[in-house]
Amino acid sequence: MHSVVCIKQVPDSAQIRVHPVTNTIMRQGVPTIINPYDLFALEAALELRDKFGGEITILTMGPPSAEDSLRKALTFGADRAVLLTDRFFAGADTLATTYALATAIRKIGQEYGEPDVIFTGKQTIDGDTAQVGPGVAKRLGLLQLTYVARIGALDLQARTIEAERRAEGGVQVLRTKLPCLITMLEATNQIRRGAMADALRAARAEIVKWSAQDAGVEDISKCGLRGSPTIVKRVFAPSPRAEKAALVEAAEQPADALIEAIFKRQPKLEADLATLARGF
Amino acid sequence: MSNPTRAPAPAAGGRAATKKELPEHFKAYKHVWVFVEQERGQVHPVSWELMGAGRKLADKLKVDLAAVVIGPEGEATRNAAVESFCYGADLAYVVADQVLTDYRNESYTKALTDLVNTYKPEILLLGATTLGRDLAGSVATTLLTGLTADCTELDVDADGSLAATRPTFGGSLLCTIYTLNYRPQMATVRPRVMPMPERIARDPGRIVIHPLGLVEDDIVTKVLSFVPDRDSAKSNLAYADVVVAGGLGLGSPENFQLVRQLAAVLGAEYGCSRPLVQKGWVTSDRQIGQTGKTIRPKLYIAAGISGAIQHRVGVEGADLIVAINTDKNAPIFDFAHIGIVSDAIRLLPALTAAFRARLSPHSRDRIAS
Repeated sequence: MHSVVCIKQVPDSAQIRVHPVTNTIMRQGVPTIINPYDLFALEAALELRDKFGGEITILTMGPPSAEDSLRKALTFGADRAVLLTDRFFAGADTLATTYALATAIRKIGQEYGEPDVIFTGKQTIDGDTAQVGPGVAKRLGLLQLTYVARIGALDLQARTIEAERRAEGGVQVLRTKLPCLITMLEATNQIRRGAMADALRAARAEIVKWSAQDAGVEDISKCGLRGSPTIVKRVFAPSPRAEKAALVEAAEQPADALIEAIFKRQPKLEADLATLARGF
Repeated sequence: MSNPTRAPAPAAGGRAATKKELPEHFKAYKHVWVFVEQERGQVHPVSWELMGAGRKLADKLKVDLAAVVIGPEGEATRNAAVESFCYGADLAYVVADQVLTDYRNESYTKALTDLVNTYKPEILLLGATTLGRDLAGSVATTLLTGLTADCTELDVDADGSLAATRPTFGGSLLCTIYTLNYRPQMATVRPRVMPMPERIARDPGRIVIHPLGLVEDDIVTKVLSFVPDRDSAKSNLAYADVVVAGGLGLGSPENFQLVRQLAAVLGAEYGCSRPLVQKGWVTSDRQIGQTGKTIRPKLYIAAGISGAIQHRVGVEGADLIVAINTDKNAPIFDFAHIGIVSDAIRLLPALTAAFRARLSPHSRDRIAS
């Protein structure tokens, strides 16, 4: 079977700093990583390949430097990596991104065989929208299974797949037809330690690089900033609260002093808490 | 659809400045819609929170606020539509069909897309739940319009455009996003981000019934079963009255039980900051912040949490924020109401004991005697 795993190279958000004066992101020196949610998607694809054989193609759209993340993905054992890079893609919002990715996935199908499953993470840590997966599915006319916690029975002959999907208040067990798009939930597996052979292969591997034209984009106006219905009009820092916390200072019995401070500020809380505490 | 990691357009000469008049065929798009999310007979409270936000937008635009209810034929769906009027709806659109009993992307996308194409709203709001995000992404892509995820503020500007503000870069900054020249303007908002409006008993107004136009055989995806969460508290964190949470200041995964113990004494839910989830100390359903749950409790106690903006945006709606941290310069003291510079590992057990003594039904008797 053939899986395509979409990944995104993102700044390591733990290390993002905002310039105190200009309110811009200080990108310099911020290391980039594979969006952590995407690793659950990659491992899910690797597990399917363990069981059913076949190939895994990694796809990303980004600047030429996104090659680093593709090589990293290869070290975990993926078979090939495709980098979609072109200045026409710059400034894309999620709708324009889904157009580019869907176009590239069609091309991957022509070049390397039609994919059975397309994987994405549930969202990225920089954009946090969770929209690209569903958007790509819709662009390709595929069924989507989002927030998948576990992949169950997969029948390549009957072309069916079962999956447990996290829903509000429970887990939905669904069966749908292949090909489909799956967004994996976090903490559902753990990315494997890549084999030494894969690390060596990844270092030498040729990354497939496609421009918009190479990928088969027919309408450049659907890409990048031009293809984006949304626009970021303003970026600003959250306004600080006028007053700082009232500090409780008590060398002796700090717990009692803190509780006094809490009930002094919100006298009704004590009755509420007593009721709640009784409920337990 | 927003990708807020993009740089803002330059103020002059950018696309924002070159905004042209709305294309003719979009001028018919009027009114504000809220998708009322119901699953298994239960309306998700985020739907009513959105009705509150939607009402303000509709009033500002001087248009109607409509509730959109999609679900199985029968009482639950009808009740959801009727109830929406008590939360401010002027009218309700209903698609009711047995094949809509369980949420499935295909059938719900068809229902909502058809409604939009038929009745043409200018603004469409959905809850950023697993259901809402699954649906919103598909509908926006089908309609080829913009969608802004996880908004924390919604407003309309002078020319009537939706200004959707959301945190970006993990909550380090906020950005305001517009959908230019496309309709409807779509946005999702996470549960508890908007305040719950007051319910005012009202007779239902106009209810417009729209057919689904699908039969079960048309829908490829089948629901084999639904397993409700056994840990019912799982979904309660966002709506809890009291929340106790821990952060890296706890030092070790074992110390997290100090948070749980205090929560148990207070009848509270417990949560944590993002690093604890990343370290695998606590499961992700307990994460509080921009990428976790947003909470609005009466009392929030943050122990050993530094207070990164990513965390702050998830707790700002709390009535009272109490911070415990050893670092007096920790950002959490900038937005907590009450703070104590102290080691959470030592203070938490003392606090648990003190609360237990104070809240025990016998404590008053003891004091009295």
